[in-house]
Amino acid sequence: MDEGLKSELQKHGVFVIPFEELYNWGRKNSIWPLQFGLACCAIEMIASAASRYDLARFGAEVFRATPRQADLMIVAGTVTKKMASNVVRLWNQMPEPKYCIAMGACAISGGPFKDGYNVLKGIDRYVPVDVHIPGCPPRPEALIHAIMTLQRKIAGQHLEKEARPRWYDKTATTEFPMPAYGARDLEPPANREIWQPPRAYRDVTLDEVGKK
Amino acid sequence: MESIEKLKEAVVNAVAGATVEIVNSTPAAQQPALLVDREHVFAVAGFLKDAPGLQLDFCSCVTGVDYLEAGHIEVVYHLYSVALKHGPVVLKVRTPRALDDCHVPSLTPVWRGCEFQEREAYDLFGVKFDGHPDLRRILMWDEFEDFPMRKDYEPPKDYEWEPTPHDATLDRARDASGIVPPSAIEEADKAKKK
Repeated sequence: MDEGLKSELQKHGVFVIPFEELYNWGRKNSIWPLQFGLACCAIEMIASAASRYDLARFGAEVFRATPRQADLMIVAGTVTKKMASNVVRLWNQMPEPKYCIAMGACAISGGPFKDGYNVLKGIDRYVPVDVHIPGCPPRPEALIHAIMTLQRKIAGQHLEKEARPRWYDKTATTEFPMPAYGARDLEPPANREIWQPPRAYRDVTLDEVGKK
Repeated sequence: MESIEKLKEAVVNAVAGATVEIVNSTPAAQQPALLVDREHVFAVAGFLKDAPGLQLDFCSCVTGVDYLEAGHIEVVYHLYSVALKHGPVVLKVRTPRALDDCHVPSLTPVWRGCEFQEREAYDLFGVKFDGHPDLRRILMWDEFEDFPMRKDYEPPKDYEWEPTPHDATLDRARDASGIVPPSAIEEADKAKKK
């Protein structure tokens, strides 16, 4: 539809928008986060929801204490290996459509504990993350920015055809395997379907050289 | 409280057969400790807790120290007296670090507060505490088999690439991700040309 005509109609109180846009507009302005925190980032998350930063302005103030009622999982804090399978279980228990924000250095990469034996090197090893927020911990403004980024992502999602989201794709998996406690590490150490180990740009494997 | 030398004398007089030594492994801290053999440490602990004039009724900290070269693990107890407001007295006991002989008597029957901290020392150092009421792992999961605070602990091979890896870090990152270093690729190219 022509943008000029659209705005002309709006002046007369007539709004013409695609159904998809209306649907996404509703969804993006009522994101209900799952109420759980793992470490100090959770304190910033609480501050974001409280009066000073007021996450309610973005429609995301209804923190639910059950995954069955939540749309958004904010992984706020250090995910220890012992906790990782429980986080994946919570994610699996959430109904679609669901989104995940990895908040803080620990949740996105292990942070200062990356070299340790007990901390998961980023929750994106097991759960598909929509928005990563760096920071240690990120300020409430950063979390609000992440929510806004997520809102833009939701607004841009199409409900049909190839671009349709995960939950409209019957073949896509909505159940992510929980890691088991192994003798030395979690098994498997990462879900390789959604996560690949990062590589230095100057490293090339022998196989790749052969292909060239 | 009297000096550490007098304390040692009192302990030796009270507990027959106990080998007590004054060690000062961290001179900067100016905090000499009583090193007691593991056969008698339980009796010594009982004495320290109940002796009038000492009454060390509070164990604030239990920790392990791994001495890899010397081949022993030291368990350190920090004791205070709430009743008499003095302390700390540092009580140490050593055990060989080989897993089949790595055990010391638990002091949980003496100081109830040792329970979780001894579990932590067991979890991270593999020291078994004989007579502990509930010796399980406390931080790592039950299926875990290593003792990560031991100096010969080898972490799992999931070391990740970082933006500017170099030297040992680069080797570790390559080793973990199965990436072949460029020098090996050059050698393979040379071999092909031949």
